[in-house]
Amino acid sequence: MTLWLIVRRSLRQHLLSTFITSMSIALAGGLCLSVWTIKDQANATFTGVDSGFDAVLGARGSKLQLVLNSIFHVEASAGNLAWEDYTDIKANPSVAAAVPIAVGDNFRGYRLVGVSTNLFTEIEYKPGQRFEVYGGGRVFDPSRREAVVGSFVAQKLGLGVGDTFHPYHGLIFDEKKQHAETYVVVGVLRPSNTPSDRVIWIPLAGLQRMSGHDPKTATDLSAVLVKLRSAQAGFRLDLLYNKQGNRLTMAWPIGQIMAQLFSKISWFDRVLELIAYLVAVVAVGSVLASIYNSMNERRRDIAILRALGARRRTIVGTIILETVAISAFGMVLAFGVYFAIFTLVASVIRAEMGVVLVATQWHPVMLWAPGLMIALSAVAGLVPAFKAYRTNVADHLVPVS
Amino acid sequence: MSLLNISELKKSFLSPGGEAHAVVDVPSFSLGEKEQVALSGESGSGKTTFLNLIAGIIRADSGSIRIGETELTSLKESKRDRVRASEIGYIFQTFNLLQGFTCLENVLLGMSFGAKADRDVAKKLLERVGLSDRMSHFPRQLSTGQQQRVAVARALASRPRLVLADEPTGNLDHQNARDALALIRETCDETGAALLLVSHDRAVLEAFEVCRDLKEINIARREEAAV
Repeated sequence: MTLWLIVRRSLRQHLLSTFITSMSIALAGGLCLSVWTIKDQANATFTGVDSGFDAVLGARGSKLQLVLNSIFHVEASAGNLAWEDYTDIKANPSVAAAVPIAVGDNFRGYRLVGVSTNLFTEIEYKPGQRFEVYGGGRVFDPSRREAVVGSFVAQKLGLGVGDTFHPYHGLIFDEKKQHAETYVVVGVLRPSNTPSDRVIWIPLAGLQRMSGHDPKTATDLSAVLVKLRSAQAGFRLDLLYNKQGNRLTMAWPIGQIMAQLFSKISWFDRVLELIAYLVAVVAVGSVLASIYNSMNERRRDIAILRALGARRRTIVGTIILETVAISAFGMVLAFGVYFAIFTLVASVIRAEMGVVLVATQWHPVMLWAPGLMIALSAVAGLVPAFKAYRTNVADHLVPVS
Repeated sequence: MSLLNISELKKSFLSPGGEAHAVVDVPSFSLGEKEQVALSGESGSGKTTFLNLIAGIIRADSGSIRIGETELTSLKESKRDRVRASEIGYIFQTFNLLQGFTCLENVLLGMSFGAKADRDVAKKLLERVGLSDRMSHFPRQLSTGQQQRVAVARALASRPRLVLADEPTGNLDHQNARDALALIRETCDETGAALLLVSHDRAVLEAFEVCRDLKEINIARREEAAV
């Protein structure tokens, strides 16, 4: 009780420096929490996102580009494949479902994806969960100029059932490239927390035959999203398309391809980790400097406490406990900083990739970061504590008569 | 029976020139249980050093300081701290109250390092010194007389057997000095603590039945004067 009373009073006496040093710990701790949770959660989420498919078939090229273009709806298409390629793979006994898609247009920067309606009727984007139109809408009629809008797009563009729009050519919004066709929104998808939320789905034929598109490629596809019957089927198709064939590319398994991307940019994770560690060390150093610099004014108090019978180790204990208290308070604030950083980053990732990260999801860093910061602060506290330990009582109980 | 027995106590400090400078040389001194003794001495006579030696704040070069059955000079610093916390109350000229703590907390700290801090006892002590309505005040919110009263309450908080008072009225006006002195003596009487007070104030010294000149006790200063 005595130690804590002394520490509390000391913190109150040095309120401004206590607050500033706690804030530096909070910022450093919040950064640590954010770096580790965001990178690990992003890694797990991106490698886990497959929107219900096992593989993507596309033109010969990069598997990663194929996945990013077809599953995450970013990046340009590597090229087209013929309608026959779709019918071939659909007929393959290893394939449970095949969904052809075509890309190439946008509306105000959000991608239009031409798709067959079996995306909504056959595919579970997560076990037991299908894309679902809600709020009185319905899935588009493939023979009409109708659209189903992803929840994020609907929210951002304020689109609802009954609204109409003109598509724009290309994947990047350019208001000079407006198509003549008018599409009617007939449904809004319930949020799926997948990249599909950022897409405007229209009939496959609608995109293929959009005015201004080359009529010669009117039956071409950008990719075929594939659901396999078994893992062994993946090996067979990989052999068929990637090793024996040289015209098409089968991106399989999707998670592993994304993991390779994260592996390639893992150096960036390490840079972020290093920065977080450095900021943490600087923050702990600020605690040390703050308490160390106040030692001269504290010496009289220390001498008085010693004169009252406090042992040197008691004084050392109060100094270390004070650094620990500042650090612990800072780490409580750090969770606020973490939520702020996480919310900002997660909103950017959701806007750009359609992937949702959750700030409240447990990560071991939430335990070890506070522990590490508090332990480092306690170690840093040893320096001023040693100065306190050496305080000469008689010299500081002035005046001497 | 003596509570405090001192014999052949010596303490010297090194001067800036590196020479040993004797400050305390007390061949013999004793103080009985519940006895109240005043020591007179001018500034620089070694009064504070003498009291600091008795309190175990500084270590003697040689000699013996016995408080009851405890030989202070042979104890390690941590043990001396414990003796000081439980057996000795110290009243300073400048009060030495902790400015960041309330009056009640200052008194509580007086008993925190020896026995268990007892809030009720601390409150009673503050009531006894007439500060029942100032318990939550900080020292800066009190007059000098009131601050010295808090210091008295704090010195007695651990129920010490010996109270050391170093110029306790030196910073007080005449009336407050008289009141503070009376309070110190009365409370020591009430708690059964012996009192060793040093002062150069004649009015203070005259209030004691037993008053001794430090020059007679501390021959270091006598020898220095002779030189």
